[in-house]
Amino acid sequence: MSQTLQVDVHHITRVEGHGNIVVDVRKGKLVKCDLEIVEAPRFFEAMLLGQPYDQASHLTSRICGICAVTHATTSLRAVEKALGVEPSEQTKRLRKLNLFGEILDSHILHVCMLVAPDLLGVESVISLAKTDILVVERALRMKKVAGDLCGVIGGRHTHPITMTVGGFTHFPSAEALESLCERLEAMRTDLDDTVELIQSCQLPAFERETEFIALHEEGEYCFIDGEITSTEGGLWPLEEYRSITNEHMVDHSTAKHARHQRQSFMVGALARYKLNNDKLHPKAQAAATALGLTPDCVNPYMISVAQVVEIVHCTEGAIDLIQQILDQGIVSEDPAPALRSSGEGVGACEAPRGTLYHHYEIQDGLVSAANCVIPTAQNLANIEADMRTLVPQQLDCTQEEMTMSLEMLVRAYDPCISCSAHMINVKCI
Amino acid sequence: MSSTKPKIAFFDFAGCEGCQLTVLDSLQTHTELLNAVEIVQFREAMSEINEDYQVAFIEGSYTRPSDEVRLQAIRDQAQIVVALGACAHLGGVNAVRNAHRLEEVKSYVYGEKAEVYESSSALPISDFIQVDAFIPGCPIDREEFVRAVKSLLQGNSPDIPDYPVCVECKLRETGCVFLYGKTCLGPITRAGCGAICPSFGVGCEGCRGLIPNPNMASLREVLSENGLDEMSIRAKMGLFLTNQIAASDMEA
Ligand code: SF4
Ligand code: SF4
Ligand code: NI
Repeated sequence: MSQTLQVDVHHITRVEGHGNIVVDVRKGKLVKCDLEIVEAPRFFEAMLLGQPYDQASHLTSRICGICAVTHATTSLRAVEKALGVEPSEQTKRLRKLNLFGEILDSHILHVCMLVAPDLLGVESVISLAKTDILVVERALRMKKVAGDLCGVIGGRHTHPITMTVGGFTHFPSAEALESLCERLEAMRTDLDDTVELIQSCQLPAFERETEFIALHEEGEYCFIDGEITSTEGGLWPLEEYRSITNEHMVDHSTAKHARHQRQSFMVGALARYKLNNDKLHPKAQAAATALGLTPDCVNPYMISVAQVVEIVHCTEGAIDLIQQILDQGIVSEDPAPALRSSGEGVGACEAPRGTLYHHYEIQDGLVSAANCVIPTAQNLANIEADMRTLVPQQLDCTQEEMTMSLEMLVRAYDPCISCSAHMINVKCI
Repeated sequence: MSSTKPKIAFFDFAGCEGCQLTVLDSLQTHTELLNAVEIVQFREAMSEINEDYQVAFIEGSYTRPSDEVRLQAIRDQAQIVVALGACAHLGGVNAVRNAHRLEEVKSYVYGEKAEVYESSSALPISDFIQVDAFIPGCPIDREEFVRAVKSLLQGNSPDIPDYPVCVECKLRETGCVFLYGKTCLGPITRAGCGAICPSFGVGCEGCRGLIPNPNMASLREVLSENGLDEMSIRAKMGLFLTNQIAASDMEA
């Protein structure tokens, strides 16, 4: 057994944003085990102050290019709740469709291009293109459909243009939606092949009990609004998010850590699956069974598997939504009006990586206080707790093996460091 | 891969990585680019790191003193440095905070822990190193990126328009959004995006930066005639243009 071991991964690759892993084992004792967030802080909450309410979603979408639609949608919901705006059914469907596009895009990128190289034993998607071009081509093909879906609804792949307070400024044509629907249906073979690929891969068998948190809604695998629920039991209105996320600062990171009923908790695809699996599309249920994912799973490496299940769910969900929208006929409606110019509201959505909250106070049309809680910030404490359990179990490993399993662990969470770094707020509103 | 292909590298400073995402999109539809260059660094997508490159694309703004060292190292290595997107080109949305006092901004977000974090104003990278070309936009335009790379590979500088977004609305026959009771920064903003926002019913927010010699006074007047008060005008222009407007006010 190695008594002394140091891991220092400077700027973990194949994750979004900059982070370091630092582990120090001396004489068989773990003295340091940190995931350092070194991304430059960007101060979005302070930048929101004084913004006209209808500009907030355009600003916050720029928190993260990969979760832009989720940030925009969450921001719009916070404003709408503050000002008493009631969006139409069509608006709700179009938003959900756009969000499905983003979840698909992000999950496909993560599973097929960032995680798959680890599972297939190559250094990156660039090397994968040399050893297994079909896997890369398939991923690109699916990713293109997802990006184009966002483009049709939002006006472009990232940073949606058309989404506004109360509705949309532009509507997709029936033809554009029909052609999208055909492409999504044609994607099913690629989905089957992706499930098969992941089925053939061996994921590390690491387990640790923890708390899992996600949004919850009756009769629906919830992505927008709803209430907050936990594997420890309980149901909370969104307005009580602070008692759940319970953020606190730690010295080594620009992102805040969160704890709820245990020392840490997990949000994201695995948490959603565990809490809402009974509401998955039947085809997604079948994928979960094929992949051996069960609701009692507590292996963080299985997050990638839960993402594959959600890729199936969101593809089928998008097809169903497009059908519903087309059946109703697309109406070029004006955005729903604001009933007042001051108020306070909390918006919440499930981003690809977990629950995202925006909380605004608006005074005379301008944002006067803002707090945003980002999924990765909620996961950080849990990632570190996993690392602290994992390292002592692997003291026989070489430094390279240890580095590899820690990097894979961090990557499994799909951390969005751009998103989380600056999104820390200790100010109460 | 042959060693004669130009080696290109991507770097990220403070930004949202949306421009890099758009680069990935462009490579998907323009695979000829992948055959023409060798990508040696792209942290978001690959683990391999190679410090031998000729062309550097930089996404994100300068936001802290330690960025200067990193920028300088890239400048020392690369023959061509390109600012990728509004954050690198203008300071982007990051510069919104420059209008607030830095100490207030830090303590609003980090409370009493504020002093732990190194930070300063958000600025364009060209304030620190010489930049050979810029690709504007938040995010960049895919097709413009592809054209720009092709020009650079042929030894030319990219052809980025100097005329305002309004020209592109006319060309596309998009009705002026002012006629629909909306406001727009198209008259002072550099074209090249195909006036994408107005074509989706939203006024231009100025993400591609100012045209040379913009008539700011006249646009301010039009905006106020259309019901925007001084605060709203400042917020609208400040989303992407904080640094450029501060500079032009200094000259005026
Ligand atoms: S310019 Fe816009 S899209 Fe590009 S990195 Fe900056 S915020 Fe993101
Ligand atoms: S219309 Fe304006 S804000 Fe929109 S992309 Fe073009 S320059 Fe940027
Ligand atoms: Ni993100």
